[in-house]
Amino acid sequence: MNIELNHINCFYGSHQALYDISITYPLGETIVLLGPSGAGKSSLLKVFNLLEIPTSGEMTIADLHFDFQQKPSEKLVSILRRDVGIVFQNYNLWPHLTVLDNLIEAPCQVLRLSKSEASDKAYKILQRLKIANMANRYPLHLSGGQQQRVAIARALMMEPKILLFDEPTAALDPEITSQVAEIINELSNTGITQIIVTHEVDFAKKVASQVIYMEKGKIIEQGDKTCFIHPLSKQFQAYLSH
Amino acid sequence: MQDWHTLLPLLNATKITLLIAICALFAGLILSFIITILESWRFKPVSWFVSICVITIRALPEMLIVIAIYNGLPLMLIFINDTLFNGGMDLTIPLYFTELSLHLEVTDYNVNPILCGIIALSILYAVYASQTLRGALKAIPAGQKQAAQVLGLSKSRTFIRIIIPQMWRYALPGLGNQWLVLLKDTALVSLIAVNDIMLQTRSIIANTREPFTWYLIAATVYLIISLLSQRVLQYFETRSLYFEQPQTVSEK
Repeated sequence: MNIELNHINCFYGSHQALYDISITYPLGETIVLLGPSGAGKSSLLKVFNLLEIPTSGEMTIADLHFDFQQKPSEKLVSILRRDVGIVFQNYNLWPHLTVLDNLIEAPCQVLRLSKSEASDKAYKILQRLKIANMANRYPLHLSGGQQQRVAIARALMMEPKILLFDEPTAALDPEITSQVAEIINELSNTGITQIIVTHEVDFAKKVASQVIYMEKGKIIEQGDKTCFIHPLSKQFQAYLSH
Repeated sequence: MQDWHTLLPLLNATKITLLIAICALFAGLILSFIITILESWRFKPVSWFVSICVITIRALPEMLIVIAIYNGLPLMLIFINDTLFNGGMDLTIPLYFTELSLHLEVTDYNVNPILCGIIALSILYAVYASQTLRGALKAIPAGQKQAAQVLGLSKSRTFIRIIIPQMWRYALPGLGNQWLVLLKDTALVSLIAVNDIMLQTRSIIANTREPFTWYLIAATVYLIISLLSQRVLQYFETRSLYFEQPQTVSEK
């Protein structure tokens, strides 16, 4: 069971965001995409659940295969998204629904769980993330860190094999950031694959088992977390020393 | 003001005005949703056609639309009966055991002016309100839809459960404005012989020869209705923001 990208190219209009990206990882890793802004980290992250559809290349996730010569069918995309969840940078919680309703909406509609089954599951996940007492509140009444956990919980409700994080610490203070790192480490013990976009080196060091360093749409360096100590490329060395 | 009995017809006229305005409001709201959805339809000819209709109606004076519908509807009924039904159409619908026979024929070409007024005003309300709705839909952050999309919610479920409830806060001020315009546009139906507040006032004045008094009373009636409806609107606007208000939920 692998995640595999082959020669992925991605365009926004005439601007090329990703250049010939090829990577292979086994499931179960916590992969951090690191790099300065505009490096194409978020674009690459969005390829994994096809919010961004590449212009060319191939992708294999678990047993699903995509060749981007043709536009992937909607059905295949929705099958993929059942396995690949995402936590957005600004969370995108639905403000008019309570935390509980945010969590059970998709499981009830998509997985056809009953309301009580879904609620039970939701409470278990909220408890694990230590926000079970927030279940009946509206998202706008929660702090940034709490909203972040609700967003993680909402993604976990669908039991994804892979969980994507887009800049999970961008809006959080240092204390909350280390709490998020704890959550991610705890999740990785459950065997879920996590792919995390960040530009914070300290945060990356705490959570990564694999690192991909990007600049200007290209992969500069990749390897396991020893990369942080012995970076091979000059660019990564410079980035780490900032 | 010697004769208070003159007020009674005015009260009835107020009822008719309110009936027309409220029916037009609800019909118009439904219609405006349909227009908004059709305008953003992926099949372009449909959305172009609807856009052209909306632009045309918005470009014409309201008075013209009211009169056009009052005079045009009978002509349309005649056309339907003569051309499409060939002077009466027989329909046979096969059911499992028996057959259902229908004879369709338009026999009455006199259209009810109140109904015409409601149709005309609801169309007018809908074309303007559809633009308000369009704006409200655009005001909702794209991330809301994206979050539903990645979790696998269907498009219709996303629209009903995620988009519409959040739309009201952006749409209500505009829709409320449009409602006040609609309320005053009901005066146009006096042109097609509906006995609304304006027409009734004029006929009372013809008898009493006290124009100032009676126009003032008519104005007061409009004012009261407007003020009341603004209170109702305010209530709904507060309701539409329920999820931002301080919460008094007991924590478990």
